[in-house]
Amino acid sequence: MPPKPLRSPARAARHDTMSGGVTHQPAERVTGVDTVKARLRINGTEHELDIDPRVTLLDALREHLGLTGSKKGCDHGQCGACTVLVEGRRINACLTLAVMHDGDTITTVEGLARGETLSPLQASFVRHDGFQCGYCTPGQLCSATGMLDEVRAGWPSVVTPDLRSSPSLTDDEIRERMSGNLCRCSAYPNIVAAIADAAEGAA
Amino acid sequence: MKTFTYQRATSPADAAQAAVAHRRTRFIAGGTNLLDLMKLDIETPEHLVDINRLGLDTIEDSADGGLRIGAMVRNSDLAADPRVRERYPVLSRALLAGASGQLRNKATTGGNLLQRTRCYYFYDTAMPCNKRHPGSGCAAVEGFNRIHAVIGGSESCIATHPSDMAVAMRVLDAVVHTVMPDGSERALPLADVYRLPGDTPEVENALRAGELITHVTLPPPPPGRQIYRKVRDRASYAFALVAVAAIVQMDGDGVASARVAFGGVAPMPWRDDALEAALRGTPDDESSLRAVADTALAGARGHGHNDFKIMLARRTLGAVLVEASGRTAA
Repeated sequence: MPPKPLRSPARAARHDTMSGGVTHQPAERVTGVDTVKARLRINGTEHELDIDPRVTLLDALREHLGLTGSKKGCDHGQCGACTVLVEGRRINACLTLAVMHDGDTITTVEGLARGETLSPLQASFVRHDGFQCGYCTPGQLCSATGMLDEVRAGWPSVVTPDLRSSPSLTDDEIRERMSGNLCRCSAYPNIVAAIADAAEGAA
Repeated sequence: MKTFTYQRATSPADAAQAAVAHRRTRFIAGGTNLLDLMKLDIETPEHLVDINRLGLDTIEDSADGGLRIGAMVRNSDLAADPRVRERYPVLSRALLAGASGQLRNKATTGGNLLQRTRCYYFYDTAMPCNKRHPGSGCAAVEGFNRIHAVIGGSESCIATHPSDMAVAMRVLDAVVHTVMPDGSERALPLADVYRLPGDTPEVENALRAGELITHVTLPPPPPGRQIYRKVRDRASYAFALVAVAAIVQMDGDGVASARVAFGGVAPMPWRDDALEAALRGTPDDESSLRAVADTALAGARGHGHNDFKIMLARRTLGAVLVEASGRTAA
């Protein structure tokens, strides 16, 4: 057995990307698998992947690029812990392949803040204590970020009374629109308050 | 997940050709259902054809006053489209009642139509399932079958089709357009796309090898009030136990015309011609409407745990008809 490297390939990749240039992640090759190239722009940095096409976007982020902020909860699109923004839209990173996102711009929870300045939603989650264990929080934050953009675009939800008018962001609307993000600590009341507060501040 | 080779298709015809040039091919669009099943080794394609860069993602007015919806239009975009909200609210409501915000951003029109059942025995590879392993038997018929079909099933399979969108499209008489590997095209009414299980539940639709859905057309909306009502175990993000999509036109005397499609009760979105005929001319008072609703799904048969669905479907329809009549705030 070879000794375990002190720094995992994923960690090494993350370190290398700090320079901001195009990087090749150190792929752990599986014999007999045809790898596929894909170029992803993640949190402002270009990454060129050459990977097993079975790798989900979530595993590419976490295991190949060292971006472990996005969490793996159920790995089946049921819990929302893996939510990221692709071209500004929230999706479950566990239910899509990294190679399907060649050329896409992706924002993970690591990309929400501006340096040390939290995004309004992040600050609001802190202010309202919108978490307990914190495992679902990266997904909650990315999902809420995308959700507020959907509301700004006038998208209705199933609880919107009139499909022809623009929705107003009531607590019922927030709960319905965030139903794809589970919190097993059940911090929902504070999550709703945090989102409502952040939305009000942005309005 | 089993290994597979991967290619990005460059045109719809290219995708269809690629699908027959390789063994055991699947198209991948949103991937929200296919990848879920691939992780469980229920779907084991040897080749994936990525159709995400084909375009096919626009919604256009058609010459007849209807709508032409690209197969790659995401569920969220379709639900939010102003024309759909204005003219086809039953479709918008059905889409918004399905899945979560994240999934609707990814799931496509074509993929939604072709999604697989959520029967727990289909998902459990340790159990027999005629759909997954033809001839192995059906664990649901004698098993825990609370979510299963009460009509249209067979002794081989009682799985339901899980889509909300397809139920609304069925009531709107949607037509599905496809391209073949040889480049030819055809159009099928949505009702003809799906196959009842019979003795071959593994055959779920009429599409041929390599045939790719390119778009769906909706005829102009029929007159009447459009309603989608979904009943489920929790308030959001759950599949329907029963869903009703209805378009009901009232005149001074009662029901002038009615179209009804049920979800959650059958292997495909279910229309009931006898019911629709019986509804015409029904007075618009609550007891008359509910009396006709109680005749819906004649011939339905429960399998024990799902017996409740028959009454639930009739009562849900009754509530929808009362709402359409405007007599009471349902």
